[in-house]
Amino acid sequence: MSEGEPFIRFDWIVDNLDEIAQRLGEHVLMVVASVAVGFVISFGLAIVARRYPRTHGTILAVTGTIYAIPSLALFVLLIPLTGLTVATGIVALVLYTLLILFRNIVTALEGVPPDVIEAANGMGYGAAQRFWRVELPIALPIVVAGLRIATVTTIGLVTVTTFIGLGGLGYLIINSGTRRFFPTSIYVGVLLCVVLAVLADLALLWIQRRLTPWARARQA
Amino acid sequence: MELFGEGIAWLSDPANWTDPRNGIVLRLWEHVSLSVASLLVAGLIALPLGLWIGHTGRGAAAVIAIANIGRAVPSVGWLGIVFPITLALFGRGGLGFLPSLIALVALAIPPMVTNTYAGLREVDRDLVEAGRGMGMREMELLRRVEVPVALPVILAGIRVSAVQTVATATLASIVGGGTLGEFIVQGILVRALDRVVGAAILVAILAILTELLFSAIQRRAISPGLSGRSAWSPMEPAQMSRPGGELV
Repeated sequence: MSEGEPFIRFDWIVDNLDEIAQRLGEHVLMVVASVAVGFVISFGLAIVARRYPRTHGTILAVTGTIYAIPSLALFVLLIPLTGLTVATGIVALVLYTLLILFRNIVTALEGVPPDVIEAANGMGYGAAQRFWRVELPIALPIVVAGLRIATVTTIGLVTVTTFIGLGGLGYLIINSGTRRFFPTSIYVGVLLCVVLAVLADLALLWIQRRLTPWARARQA
Repeated sequence: MELFGEGIAWLSDPANWTDPRNGIVLRLWEHVSLSVASLLVAGLIALPLGLWIGHTGRGAAAVIAIANIGRAVPSVGWLGIVFPITLALFGRGGLGFLPSLIALVALAIPPMVTNTYAGLREVDRDLVEAGRGMGMREMELLRRVEVPVALPVILAGIRVSAVQTVATATLASIVGGGTLGEFIVQGILVRALDRVVGAAILVAILAILTELLFSAIQRRAISPGLSGRSAWSPMEPAQMSRPGGELV
């Protein structure tokens, strides 16, 4: 940081709006792709764990161990497999979502009251129909809670991909910010990350409320 | 795949360990000392704060709201936020250990505060009232009733913070904090991938050992009657709950 460099230089922000928007776009794209793929895989794993309860502990242990590996190390350890490509970033980010999403989906499905399942059986629902039309809607709030945690976590983790040449908002924080002792770029990157996390969280909460109108009716 | 072999080869060369200026021993020491110091400072701030808001219920909404926003700041972001400030305040002393410590402390506080608070809030109110009826004073209630019952959730918070601190210490190298991340961050810049992969293996082992260590502490500290399957999981349900029982 040169002498007298202010913490925020608004003229730089105005001059670099294109660059900032591009990084923001990259960031959002990587978050959406990772969480979407992670959700599909976790959902599959949750169904497997319910069908074969003995796999439950193994899945938790494996996803839990991956979750403990620092992001920078995981990105690097994937380079031998996927190279310095966007795939390396996405694969690692997907792996991180698995623990959170798997745990929440299983917890949510286990939380469906047995009476409700009995009632659905009594009404003549088959197993598949009962799952999609009764169990899943009841489990939805906790499933979405998992999605919210996974999304906010992933928004933070994407920044680290800048070390393997990807970046999103991490590029602003690290490459054009910290490495060049340029605070404006750092603060713009961090602020956009926080705003993105808060907005994504609120959006998912809103979707959940729309999808489960009965939960609100009961509260009122 | 041969990159893994190169990483292992780099790790097996004793000269890479003993170099006094950029050896693995030095970087490992930086990594561990920075992590331990950060965790201690964060614990000294977060645990009393969590106990206080959990016990009294005062100021809880504000503290938890701040902690949740704190969580939305990426780990790299904390390092980025802190170091221009320390640099402006302390000149060259504002690089290295100091900004790394402050950033890691900021990162480690939220899980400990929210879990301590959530753990205390979950303690059966009847238990607390019974303690009060037995003539316990507030500190006694906290020490002999609330903390023992809430311990699993509190320890889970400390474990989440510890693993996160060890992980993020890797990134401290970008503000001159050294640590094992030095090999990764500098190695990528000069394309010395053997060093990068070797250090990444070490960092992963260190983080997993931290996770196992704190899981073991958690299991030993919890009475068998209280520990459920959740003893393993890094993401406790209680940690996700906000005041009012709403899930995050």
